[in-house]
Amino acid sequence: MSAYSDASEMIRIATAGSVDDGKSTLIGRLLYDTKSIFEDQMEAVERTSVQMGAEHTNLALLTDGLRAEREQGITIDVAYRYFATPKRKFIIADTPGHIQYTRNMVTGASTADLAIVLIDARKGVLEQSRRHAFLSSLLRIPHLVLAVNKMDLVDYDEAVFEEIKSEFRDFARKLDVADLTFIPVSALHGDNVVNRSQNMEWYGGSSLLHHLEQVHVASDRNLIDARFAVQYVIRPHATEHHDFRGYAGRISGGVFKPGDEVVVLPSGFTSKISSIQTADGPLDEAYPPMSVSITLDDEIDISRGDMLCRPHNQPRVTQDIDAMVCWLSEASSLRPGAKLAIKHTTRWARAMVKDLHYRLDVNTLHREEGATSLGLNEIGRVTLRTTLPLFVDEYRRNRETGSFILVDEATNSTVAAGMVLSP
Amino acid sequence: MTKLVGIWYRSAHMSDTPVTGAERATSNYGLDHLRTLESESIHIIREVAAEFERPCLLFSGGKDSVVMLHLAVKAFAPGRPPFPVMHVDTGHNFSEVIEFRDECVERLGVRLVVASVQDDIDAGRVSEQTGPRASRNQLQTTTLLRGIEEQRYDAVFGGARRDEEKARAKERVYSFRDEFGQWDPKNQRPEVWSLYNGRHQQGEHIRVFPLSNWTELDIWSYIEVEDIVLPTIYFAHQREVFQRDGMWLAVTPAVTIMDGEVPEIRTVRYRTVGDASCTGAVDSDAATVDEVIAEVAASRVTERGATRADDRASEAAMEDRKRVGYF
Ligand SMILES: Nc1nc2c(ncn2[C@@H]2O[C@H](COP(=O)(O)OP(=O)(O)O)[C@@H](O)[C@H]2O)c(=O)[nH]1
Repeated sequence: MSAYSDASEMIRIATAGSVDDGKSTLIGRLLYDTKSIFEDQMEAVERTSVQMGAEHTNLALLTDGLRAEREQGITIDVAYRYFATPKRKFIIADTPGHIQYTRNMVTGASTADLAIVLIDARKGVLEQSRRHAFLSSLLRIPHLVLAVNKMDLVDYDEAVFEEIKSEFRDFARKLDVADLTFIPVSALHGDNVVNRSQNMEWYGGSSLLHHLEQVHVASDRNLIDARFAVQYVIRPHATEHHDFRGYAGRISGGVFKPGDEVVVLPSGFTSKISSIQTADGPLDEAYPPMSVSITLDDEIDISRGDMLCRPHNQPRVTQDIDAMVCWLSEASSLRPGAKLAIKHTTRWARAMVKDLHYRLDVNTLHREEGATSLGLNEIGRVTLRTTLPLFVDEYRRNRETGSFILVDEATNSTVAAGMVLSP
Repeated sequence: MTKLVGIWYRSAHMSDTPVTGAERATSNYGLDHLRTLESESIHIIREVAAEFERPCLLFSGGKDSVVMLHLAVKAFAPGRPPFPVMHVDTGHNFSEVIEFRDECVERLGVRLVVASVQDDIDAGRVSEQTGPRASRNQLQTTTLLRGIEEQRYDAVFGGARRDEEKARAKERVYSFRDEFGQWDPKNQRPEVWSLYNGRHQQGEHIRVFPLSNWTELDIWSYIEVEDIVLPTIYFAHQREVFQRDGMWLAVTPAVTIMDGEVPEIRTVRYRTVGDASCTGAVDSDAATVDEVIAEVAASRVTERGATRADDRASEAAMEDRKRVGYF
């Protein structure tokens, strides 16, 4: 077996920063120093740099994908980068930092294990840095790294770093951040990106890459509340499997084992798991994020959109949902009374906006009561009424059974991302 | 339990012996990256099968589409994938690949639909390029879109990966196409969590990319652990080739050799499988999956950069083709 077939864990990272904080340079540096950039990509970047009249090869071009972006020099949307070290595989969702930011970050960071927020050491904690940190905490990204960049431009001064750290800590207290780490870096020169910097002997922590390799993410999954949304019912036509009836889906929480008693929602029937199947044979347990198919001892009528869980640990079955929603559409806005399609786990229903309680100012965290609508990139607390019961957990307990999207029924576009709150 | 346990669980002690309860506890219920990717892809494929009326899977016989089909088969085991596969046939294929294609669909019991570029040429819907550098690569888009329209497919699985190319790095897993098959990169639907939105009007369709998060190395590593069979041209073999634009092109009826181009026999392999007129081979002695993995891990050039003339045309070549409906 070759080295690369050896098991290694995958981790999803989202990056955030204001324009010119050095995000592209940092990502370019990570890719470059881990030898994830190929010669032809590098040559293309060099060619384009020359065409654009740049003095130096612009590493940022490595991450600017589309023609419009290259021409306008801005990053339009979320782009994904991949790199690996012998320890881990990394997926970076690179989200641009201009006004569309909220929409892009929600798109890129909803499944992230870790967020890197960049700060320019000369500028300190800006309104935008607060917004980025707030969004990370709203999306419940378990690990947050504050990378204080351009340390070379402040003489690698410890005092500057410490001041930013304490200012940011004060703000972060208002948020719910489980794991917060500060790293002083120079993306341009590589200090503390892959290797520990000689220029900052006062810094006792890890380099950024070392931190990304070590941070413990497996325990972030919910292994307590068993949740399995049925995606598809497998009923083979071939005679040899004639009696096979497998409920296919991906485990959203908890651990399922053959012999476990389960309850089926919404019907409320109970049965026992007779086997957990994969194409490679049966398993003796299944946990997130495995895709499996489950067979039960009893023949019950189960279809897509149903959920299996344990009789003594069930999600809330409800048509009334309190949630934070982030509006993602520029063509329309959220208003009380609006009717939309909703997708939650594998269930579609229709939803009416009963109430908009407040709009949240993402910079100050101030609640604007009395708001009458949510526009693009705005976040607010709403109550929805759905046509069918949904099986929900609080988003803070489970990012899969606690999240939903709203879809405009006329245009079919996804207009909002929602996170379930306790009622 | 069988040997698969050893690769399924991320355990500090990788071995061929079954993982015991205690060992599994130390693994913290982690999945290794290949099983994580596999699970994500299967989830996507099942979503599509559940929510669309007429999905189909694009199958060229290339390694990515082979892996995609393998995942589709796994997703519905012990049943079969509830959709056909479609091959957009330029008529300029490597014969090994066509044989492989036919053997593969036969073995897996899936239905093959062939959309042929030649039919579009004969019907005058496209005109064939002329000259020694003629390629049918550009013409594929017309044939692909016609195939989708004629068969009324509403979801089309493609094997594209985001690590392949810069424009692809920005594309969603569910990529909406209007009634002309066009992709609008500036107006993509936000894609959050794993809540895919495949809603569309009649005539529109969704391209679905279950391998979005796989890298070339992941694909090869997975081919190794799953023992997936590939067309022989992916492995080192002797072939008559000549140099053009820094690539080794095969001597086939699809290409015209120009002055100064001298065919020779070399030991080569292919990193991608495309139209024979524009897909180059690389010098290689890698004859097994293991050796290919070692070569890919050490490679300093992307697979498309190394071997695809179609992507070299300009910085934005892929983006431009994608906008009008290309794979
Ligand atoms: N001196 C210095 N300049 C940097 C550093 N990181 C980035 N820059 C420069 O800051 C500018 C903006 O960087 P870029 O990566 O494009 O920022 P982005 O908009 O956040 O992606 C460029 O001119 C970079 O060369 C750093 O650590 N030190």
